[in-house]
Amino acid sequence: MIRAVIVMNDQGKPRLVKFYEHQPVEKQQEIIRSIYGVLCSRAENVSNFVQADSTFGPDTRLVYKTFATLYFIVIFDDSENELAILDLMQVFVETLDKCFSNVCELDIVFNFNKVHTILDEIILGGQVIEMSSSEVVKAVDGISWLEKNPNSIIRVPKSISGWQGR
Amino acid sequence: MGSQGGFGQSKEFLDLVKSIGEARSKSEEDRIVLHEIEMLKRRINEPDIPKRKMKEYIIRLVYIEMLGHDASFGYIHAVKMTHDDSLLLKRTGYLAVTLFLNEDHDLIILIVNTIQKDLKSDNYLVVCAALNAVCKLINEETIPAVIQQVVELLGHPKEGVRKKAVMALHSFYQRSPSSVNHLVSSFQKKLCDNDPGVMGATLFPLYDLITIDVNLYKDLVVSFVNILKQVAERRLPKSYDYHQTPAPFIQIKLLKILALLGSGDKRSSEHMYTVIGDIMRKSDTTSNIGNAILYECICCISSIQSSPKLLETAADAIAKFLKSDSHNLKYMGIDALGRLIRLSPEIAEQHQLAVIDCLEDPDDTLKRKTFELLYKMTKSSNVEVIVDRMIDYMISINDSHYKTETASRCVELAEQFAPSNHWFIQTMNKVFQHAGDLVNPKVAHNLMRLIAEGFGEDDDTADSQLRSSAVESYLQIVDQPKLPSAFLQVICWVLGEYGTADGKYSASYISGKLCDAAEAHSDDDIVKAYAVTALMKVYSFEKAAGRKFNLLPECQSLLEELSASHSSDLQQRAYEFQAILDLDANAIENIMPLDASCEDIEIDKSLSFLDSYVHKSLEEGAEPYIPEHERSGTLSISNMGNQNQYDTSSHSLRFEAYEVPKPVIPIGIPAPISYPTELVPLPEPSYQRDVQPIASLGPVSDAGSTGLKLRLDGVQKKWGKPTYSSAASSSTSNSDSHRTTVSGATQPDTVVSKSRESSSYDSSSRRQPHVEVSEEKQKLAASLFGGTSSRSEKKQSGGTAAGGGGHSKVSRVSNHTEEKVRPTTTVVQPPPPDLLDLAEPTGTMSSSSSVIDPFKQLEGLLDMSEDGITATPSNGPDLMSLYSENGQNLNQNTILNEKDDPSSENTTKRTASLTKGPSLKDALNKDALVRQMGVNPTSQNPNLFSDLLG
Repeated sequence: MIRAVIVMNDQGKPRLVKFYEHQPVEKQQEIIRSIYGVLCSRAENVSNFVQADSTFGPDTRLVYKTFATLYFIVIFDDSENELAILDLMQVFVETLDKCFSNVCELDIVFNFNKVHTILDEIILGGQVIEMSSSEVVKAVDGISWLEKNPNSIIRVPKSISGWQGR
Repeated sequence: MGSQGGFGQSKEFLDLVKSIGEARSKSEEDRIVLHEIEMLKRRINEPDIPKRKMKEYIIRLVYIEMLGHDASFGYIHAVKMTHDDSLLLKRTGYLAVTLFLNEDHDLIILIVNTIQKDLKSDNYLVVCAALNAVCKLINEETIPAVIQQVVELLGHPKEGVRKKAVMALHSFYQRSPSSVNHLVSSFQKKLCDNDPGVMGATLFPLYDLITIDVNLYKDLVVSFVNILKQVAERRLPKSYDYHQTPAPFIQIKLLKILALLGSGDKRSSEHMYTVIGDIMRKSDTTSNIGNAILYECICCISSIQSSPKLLETAADAIAKFLKSDSHNLKYMGIDALGRLIRLSPEIAEQHQLAVIDCLEDPDDTLKRKTFELLYKMTKSSNVEVIVDRMIDYMISINDSHYKTETASRCVELAEQFAPSNHWFIQTMNKVFQHAGDLVNPKVAHNLMRLIAEGFGEDDDTADSQLRSSAVESYLQIVDQPKLPSAFLQVICWVLGEYGTADGKYSASYISGKLCDAAEAHSDDDIVKAYAVTALMKVYSFEKAAGRKFNLLPECQSLLEELSASHSSDLQQRAYEFQAILDLDANAIENIMPLDASCEDIEIDKSLSFLDSYVHKSLEEGAEPYIPEHERSGTLSISNMGNQNQYDTSSHSLRFEAYEVPKPVIPIGIPAPISYPTELVPLPEPSYQRDVQPIASLGPVSDAGSTGLKLRLDGVQKKWGKPTYSSAASSSTSNSDSHRTTVSGATQPDTVVSKSRESSSYDSSSRRQPHVEVSEEKQKLAASLFGGTSSRSEKKQSGGTAAGGGGHSKVSRVSNHTEEKVRPTTTVVQPPPPDLLDLAEPTGTMSSSSSVIDPFKQLEGLLDMSEDGITATPSNGPDLMSLYSENGQNLNQNTILNEKDDPSSENTTKRTASLTKGPSLKDALNKDALVRQMGVNPTSQNPNLFSDLLG
């Protein structure tokens, strides 16, 4: 299961923090700091994996990927596959890109509640439930459309009728 | 940036984020955030805040909590927001509470009601939002409040809702497995859901359930295989593809499930062969996700009872991973190699150079993974190189977690495979020196025990050599600053016990060193206690031997200091020391016998030495002792009236102390066997703690303390492993004793000498400066893998004289092959082992050895011919090739020896080829069946799973 998804910038400032097993705020900060310390010391052109068992217990790993100024980090245990998680991050970022058209760090800072919505469509309860960025975009668009037009529930099924086709 | 205004954040929030982003220091950031908190605290409690405003406050709260500040003052407002009718506000509320609260928070109870209401909503987005919250917030106590509704949602028309309902049930399962016990069948039913997404979600709870008890789900093997087959054959809608790979996460999860189900189960595994083979063949090795699935297939193959063909495919895939330039793929390759190596150890050899490359890679993750692999493939032939490497690595890292792990692995490997006691002690010294505070204290005791017990009972000279080499190495080390406490304890103990034993060092020299150690570590009471006891031993041995000695002045001052110590233990030891020194030599010899740390201390439980005293007292009219059972009998009669009171009193008074002597007194002296069994199970650490109080009881028990520290004879002898087992153990090599012990015991002469030769030869060759890096690597590879690419052997021989000597020696042996070696080994051989005893690895261990097993001899021949093929292309038929042949032989043999069952490879091959026919036919039949039943793949919404699974 996935234990946490963290997005931070290259200064170590957290931009999105989601723990799937609750951690107290202080512990979260400690984890973020230690992860940042580890990632800073990693050279370029090395693997995207780090063993995380000193913070998260035996057999946990951390996969990270840098996109521009941001580190995307996923921490998970041995029931997941490192390479697949790496692609999952790609999906996440692609989805962000679609939702924010040319996503940059500021988009994520200012709209982190929407980023959470996107993430919740991809990962739920620590498990990957969706791998297709276009499906996620559809779902998120449906939600935000409904949020903006609270009275037109009737139109909702139409706007997401594409789901039936799957 | 265009969309930032679209979500309605106010200028204030934008300013906040901006100012935090521009903050120059952490303290500036903190100041801004604290100011923000103050403002929010004030504003959030104002009456009649517009909802939109409140939503923004909540988002700001989430933001400041993400930055690590406490926002708990606003939690209640987030909870309130979940009650709101507007979807936007409700979702914001849910988002905030899932981030703020843990499942045991007091406020959860206020949300449960809202969740219940929302789960019934007509709007499926509201239901989804509630299910998201359920996954995070419902704890064991609140599960009953919502579980019924969640189960009903499994039938919801929206697949998104069904999927989330399954995930919610999964989270219930994780919190409280018993709460969903009755739903296992629903999970199985959901496996046939029309929507592949829901089916995929169902795999998560099933994976967990199968992990717990594989056997309950064996009947699902065929279903899972069918699903996987259809996924791999692209029967799912295109929208599930990721980079042309169909539903990768579903495939990966299914492969993980199959790995569990097929583990150790030949029949289930056979169902999987075709589909795994297909997936591996079709997998797209150019994409990341394709490799992810390939890796998962390898994991599955290494877990199930695989066919040789699959193993071959897996080995090929691993080779591709390792040859890749990508560090990620190398990492996966090393990991996969570590899994497969259990099944076919020989595949490591083809990759030795790749593994060495990874070991020297700057990437720490890769390095660590490679050490893990080496740890898994350690055997007595390569333990020296591997442990050396691990220690170097251990020294180089700072992270205490990995340092501890590496140190304990070094210790474990050293204990298990140590080629000699001397090497073991040297290795332990290094480990202790660099990570002494991190290793298990038990390790220190094991080391002391090894030094005390030595090679075995028979070989006294070897024992004393070992001890003097230990003493010598410790005398060199003891002056170094910053030694870990545990290591100093070992040093003090060994110096005290054996420092003067060989007469090389004078008592004053040793005691001077001990005093220095105690002084240099004056803040460590345990070290001081060890040191003062060691001093006491040194002087006692001197006095007992009748030699004249003078207490060193620094020793005198140490004693004075300790007599006034705050630690009563140290005080006690100091006073005992002084008291013992005043005794005469004869008494001291009784109290402090030389080298008696391994002797058992006999405890006379019947206290027979008091018999005469008791007798005398009885004659003088003392009352006789009434055994407890008799006493309690009379008591119970007299207390008939108030039975209850008696009961309670008996509960409170019947301590163990009364129980123990009960059998002893009527029976008399206990059987000697009972003694070790009672002492051995004592847990080690508490045992050590016990030592000090006992030691402080007085002179008599002090002798006990020296014995007590080491009386571990009954404990399994951990390092009694292969190569140096004494002749005594070889004579008693029963089939029930440990496997490796047997292997070591049966061929102590041939293999030990060879491995030593090769090891000394490795080290000599490593010392050589080499121009080519790759050459060095090849050598390392050769020593690591016990392997011998014949090319490297040749170079080595040219390189060193010592190496050449080693060569000629070994090649001579190989020249004479079996005829020559057999007679020499038969001398040491115990009677030919039971042929049926497969655990006896002798036969395969040395093709050159004496076992008269035609099968094994055949195997040896096969090995030879194989080697011939690999050896000939690289060099001509000279001595070297003979050597390398022999080397490979040895190597192969040791590999075989690694396995639990040396002939298993052949047997499995044979059985596999036997079963191949029928299984293929089976598979074809099944395939036809599937095709008959399978639905049209082009249909828009295929009902695949329900059709197939019925």
